[in-house]
Amino acid sequence: MNNQELAEKAKELRRLAIDACFAAQSGHPGSALSTMDVLVSLYYGGHLKHDPKNPTDEKRDYFVLSNGHACPGWYSVLADRGYFPVAELQNLRQLDAGVQGHPHRGSLPGVEVSSGSLGQGLSVGIGLAFGLKLKKMPNTVFVMMSDGEQEEGSTWEAVMYAPKRKLDNLIAIIDKNQMQIDGWTKEVMPGLDPIADKYRAFNWDVQEIDGHNLGEIDSAIEQAKKADKPSVIISQTVRGQGVSFMENSEHWHAGAIKDDEYEQAKKDLA
Amino acid sequence: MSEPEMKATRQAYGEALTELARERDDIIAVTADLAESLRMLDIRDEYPDRYIDVGVAESNMVGVSAGLSMMGYVPVAATFAVFMTRAYDHIRMQICQNNLHAVLVGSHGGVSNALDGGSANALEDIAYMRALPNMTIVYPSDANEAGQAMRAAVDAEGPVYLRLYREPTPVFTDPDKPFEIGKAHVVRAGTDVSLVATGPQVAFSLEAAEALEADGVSAEVVAVPTIQPLDVETITKSAAKTKRVVTAEDHSVNGGLGSAVAEALAEKQPTSMRRVAVRQFGESGPYYDLIKKLKIDSTAIVAAAKELL
Repeated sequence: MNNQELAEKAKELRRLAIDACFAAQSGHPGSALSTMDVLVSLYYGGHLKHDPKNPTDEKRDYFVLSNGHACPGWYSVLADRGYFPVAELQNLRQLDAGVQGHPHRGSLPGVEVSSGSLGQGLSVGIGLAFGLKLKKMPNTVFVMMSDGEQEEGSTWEAVMYAPKRKLDNLIAIIDKNQMQIDGWTKEVMPGLDPIADKYRAFNWDVQEIDGHNLGEIDSAIEQAKKADKPSVIISQTVRGQGVSFMENSEHWHAGAIKDDEYEQAKKDLA
Repeated sequence: MSEPEMKATRQAYGEALTELARERDDIIAVTADLAESLRMLDIRDEYPDRYIDVGVAESNMVGVSAGLSMMGYVPVAATFAVFMTRAYDHIRMQICQNNLHAVLVGSHGGVSNALDGGSANALEDIAYMRALPNMTIVYPSDANEAGQAMRAAVDAEGPVYLRLYREPTPVFTDPDKPFEIGKAHVVRAGTDVSLVATGPQVAFSLEAAEALEADGVSAEVVAVPTIQPLDVETITKSAAKTKRVVTAEDHSVNGGLGSAVAEALAEKQPTSMRRVAVRQFGESGPYYDLIKKLKIDSTAIVAAAKELL
């Protein structure tokens, strides 16, 4: 897909994510929307080796959604790619549904790591990357995190460790949508920035991009794959990207979408 | 009778770990800056590729272990029991909710790190682990059993918590008797009271049974090296016979073996009980002085049994 086709796909999948959250009358649309362009680049732009017909293919790359609350977006991608029927998205957060409120290993094809409690995914990604190295396999491990998640101490345990084993098969992506539950990240935790300098100080390969610019995402991932150490892509995004009343709104970490809001969201994403 | 050999379960674990690494290439040792204390220097030197020291970072240790398990390895992640629980959130979601096979080793269990004092005494770890679905909890009675238990833990499925001891304790189990996770054993038969114990308190219960016999009391000793899943059948059978149960453990009275046994008996075989366990934070002191003060030694077990008679 070219960038314009990827952008159209991202818009289509944002609609699916909003549909799912509307059906559930619950969920976290803000991050589902902010992460979408990177997800589309990974799953449709050729960066993530994967086979929906064979989710445990030995040649697959690994994707860990450490900020598990963003899952309505990721589920929409997986469904559209054919890991499970798109209709399943309407069961988001319902009893016995594979589309759990937060990702649960084994509940859906393509979901390999449980998440929801922040600050765990990078450690798991390191274990996967280490195992791949031991097996002399060329697969890449992608770990998506949120910016608020960088406040967890355990995140920094993992950040400190990864360069020790020269895990150049590990690519972290921080969805820096600048907001967390209690408000703007820069207000809740002013010390978080500059994140890039912190990762550089821990000897990571660091790139900062506009996380809604598909060209920048594409070249950053290509560049990260060439690095000879763990890479982090700090992806500057907008919470609720694409839906007017959700963008940069302190109210749209999570919540129930009302009927009129749903109509507006559909118009915005048309 | 000659004095029994004294050996710490952590020592037997370290030896078994290195042997297992020689036998199978899917074992990966993971620790958080405690290689010497956990007797993991041999595996470190012999298999540096399959040895990970994450530094003082227990959460990362558990998370990395989860990833390794997903890749088909058997991670053996070891630290002090008192520090393992600080990684509880990772254990809960990455190991137990993901239901991955990993061996989490909590050494220096109970007050066995006696001189280090209250901050180093692990008195809550069993309670933490019991609350987790899928988690198996193994707490060997002595060094023989620790080596066997380590092998059984590696061969098991799902998450396993192996609790070890710093203090050398008497070696009394038969190394030729097979060890099976989930089985309790009557190690001494009796008719008046059942002493149901785990870890080093099994040896103390055997001592207590001797003392009780001198007073004309016939005590049965039931060793419980697997706390979860609990061998309810063996325990209820003994309770039905003696009508009196004393549990003994180096752990908080809340949530450990005593709680597990009380819960099981309340449902299956209501029985008069006393629980020999710790009811406060620990403190510094020589090990034998400390367990006497905390009332978890053989004298305390005898006293608890006599309360029931």
